[in-house]
Amino acid sequence: MATVWYCLVALMIAGYVILDGFDLGAGILHFSIGRTESQRRRVIRSIGPVWDGNEVWLLAAGGTLYFAFPGLYASSFSGFYLPLMMVLWLLIMRGIAIEFRNHLEDNLWRPFFDALFMLASALLAIFYGAALGNVIRGVPLDANGSFFLPLWTDFRTGPDTGILDWYTVLVGLLAFVTLTVHGALWIAIKTEDLLQHRARIIARWAWGAVAILTAAVTLATFRVQPLVLHNLTTYIWGWIFPDLALAGLVAMLVFILRGDDLKAFLSSCAFIAGMLTSAVFGIYPYVLPSNADPRLGLTIASTQTSPYGLSVALVWFIPGMLLVLAYSTFIYRHFAGKVRLEEEGY
Amino acid sequence: MGLALLIFVLKSIALKTGDDRYDHAARFWIKIFAITFAVGVVTGIPMEFQFGTNWSRFSKYAGGVIGQTLAMEGVFAFFLESSFLGLLIYGEKRLGRKLHWLVSLVLFAGTWLSGFFIVATDAWMQHPVAYASGRDGVVLSSFWGLILNPWTFWMYLHNMLGTVVTASFVMASAGAFYLLSQKQQEYGRIFVRTGVIAAAIASVLMLFPTGDRQGVMIARYQPATLAAMEGLFETASGAPIAILGQPDMDQHKLDNPLLIPRALSFLTYQQWAAEVKGLDAFPHRDQPDTIPLLYYSYHIMVGLGTLFIAVMLVSLWLLRKGRIYESRPWLWVLMLSLPFPFIANTAGWMTAELGRQPWLVYGLMRTADGPSRQVSSGNTLFTLIGFMGMYALLAILFLFLTRREFDHGPEPWFESSEPRTPRSTNVAL
Repeated sequence: MATVWYCLVALMIAGYVILDGFDLGAGILHFSIGRTESQRRRVIRSIGPVWDGNEVWLLAAGGTLYFAFPGLYASSFSGFYLPLMMVLWLLIMRGIAIEFRNHLEDNLWRPFFDALFMLASALLAIFYGAALGNVIRGVPLDANGSFFLPLWTDFRTGPDTGILDWYTVLVGLLAFVTLTVHGALWIAIKTEDLLQHRARIIARWAWGAVAILTAAVTLATFRVQPLVLHNLTTYIWGWIFPDLALAGLVAMLVFILRGDDLKAFLSSCAFIAGMLTSAVFGIYPYVLPSNADPRLGLTIASTQTSPYGLSVALVWFIPGMLLVLAYSTFIYRHFAGKVRLEEEGY
Repeated sequence: MGLALLIFVLKSIALKTGDDRYDHAARFWIKIFAITFAVGVVTGIPMEFQFGTNWSRFSKYAGGVIGQTLAMEGVFAFFLESSFLGLLIYGEKRLGRKLHWLVSLVLFAGTWLSGFFIVATDAWMQHPVAYASGRDGVVLSSFWGLILNPWTFWMYLHNMLGTVVTASFVMASAGAFYLLSQKQQEYGRIFVRTGVIAAAIASVLMLFPTGDRQGVMIARYQPATLAAMEGLFETASGAPIAILGQPDMDQHKLDNPLLIPRALSFLTYQQWAAEVKGLDAFPHRDQPDTIPLLYYSYHIMVGLGTLFIAVMLVSLWLLRKGRIYESRPWLWVLMLSLPFPFIANTAGWMTAELGRQPWLVYGLMRTADGPSRQVSSGNTLFTLIGFMGMYALLAILFLFLTRREFDHGPEPWFESSEPRTPRSTNVAL
């Protein structure tokens, strides 16, 4: 039962990264793709109706994680105190920036909020990657299952590591370029002519960076966290996850070259889902490994809530999420198609 | 949450009467709602994170129970709200009248569901039920026991009515503002009428039955809290109720009291001579930590609540006589009443949360046992100061944006027969 929830939480997180990922990516790019005010407004409008809905996935994923694995939530959120506070600040600033640039008709402040939006989006992408890197590498857990990491030490991955070391920074960069491509493909779907053209060019170049960094991160992961390779060799069926990522990566390039934006975007979704599920599969049965003594790592069993709570929640969770998927699909279809400025909201 | 209900009411009137003005009015309040919602989302995320970052021992202890309601809020309510708010704002033209009305209904349901799960979580902390002891603390023993916690029912209704009071006062106040400044007068009248009627109903229900029922629950399950709220230092038969007075913590008495004899006994137990336990009946370590603050919060809430009823009943009477739109002094009263429901709501929540002290989960876990052990106080001070600054900035930006919307007003700025031109084009050119 707990393993089912392990998978469900992983799916929720993947859902969040895929959905909020494209509007983070669009945020990273709207400055360079949109050079005039009306171009930028078109980029922003492509995520306008959906970005806060996407952000809700973070809340829902957090809520699900909290409910299913309270021990993990308590340990990791307090251990990553300062970085999480920074994430909160970035989320707040990003929300302010997009709201204000839409409401303010002011040539002085609009570019300011645009720049803030770009900066917050870019840093969030890097932070999320670094967070994932920390989870894969493991943290210095004590016997109570708690830890506290400095922001950085000497950038090595040893026992005295900090939140930022060479490995987590590498994963952060991978997340940055991945979401850049993801966002570029979204913009390409939602826009026409010049904007679409620019987005495609960016997607093409950034794809190369994704491919190189993916190879680097994969090799580094095998070195930093031997458990991943161990899991992959023990459970052969687990290759399905990295294979999904690889297939997504290759398909993405094919469709980018063919100019089929929608399929390229879906391939990018598959790539992200494949990468995340590979990571989760790689550290199973841990939810937060220890980087010093494997016995101290937090596992599914040591952090899960009661079996009764887990099974009763399945009864409301499955129909609840199906409902969410149903009306989300409706809404995405409703807003499908290229962005036209005449249909401005208010 | 209160505004979501009022928007739904405006949309319903528009649908029923076919009166375009109500659609414009709804559209105006949807804008205000959207700004408020954006601020709510960005400040709401830190609240959820805090369970883990700052209160990790509490999370580990109680996550097995309250994780359920918090996760349910995410899955059932939050998705609903944010997805349908987007539709409400951007989708009016494509959806058509009936569907757009339906979207406002769904948004209303979403916000009220959200309120339910949050209140259910807090109600469990006030009055823990349906739990068993588990490995790290408590675990859920009955799902329906948690959802149907008796504390939740009255607290939820009381809280939701508080939101309706706030939203309808804001609406009436905005209407009074337009009438007094002699612009957007037609909408001014709609806002005053809708606001006054809703506020009158909600403020009465706020006191009775919901406020009264909650008081009875507190008397029964949190007697020390009741004594502190009422400033009752000594156990007494036929205990009086204090209308005014300042708790003197050194001499254990109320300074300058204005008392109604025996009223507290009657309100609590429906008997004039019943014995009510005072603070002296409880050991010091089980009394709320900040008795004066709790006492003032409670009295401010009740005092303002009573004033709200008075103001709105007079308004209702003037409305019936048809004199309210011309009565300038009274419109000033309505306009200036704007901040007070916010104060009353804050005071109400302070009463609930301060009253629960020294417990984090009443009777089970003390507040001192809840915080994260490995986060140093220097770190929390640092982030607290940071958030105070950030929230102050948010408050300023919020006021600035809403102020702009009020200046624009609900009057449509385009001819309804022509395609709508975006407001910003004149600047972009």
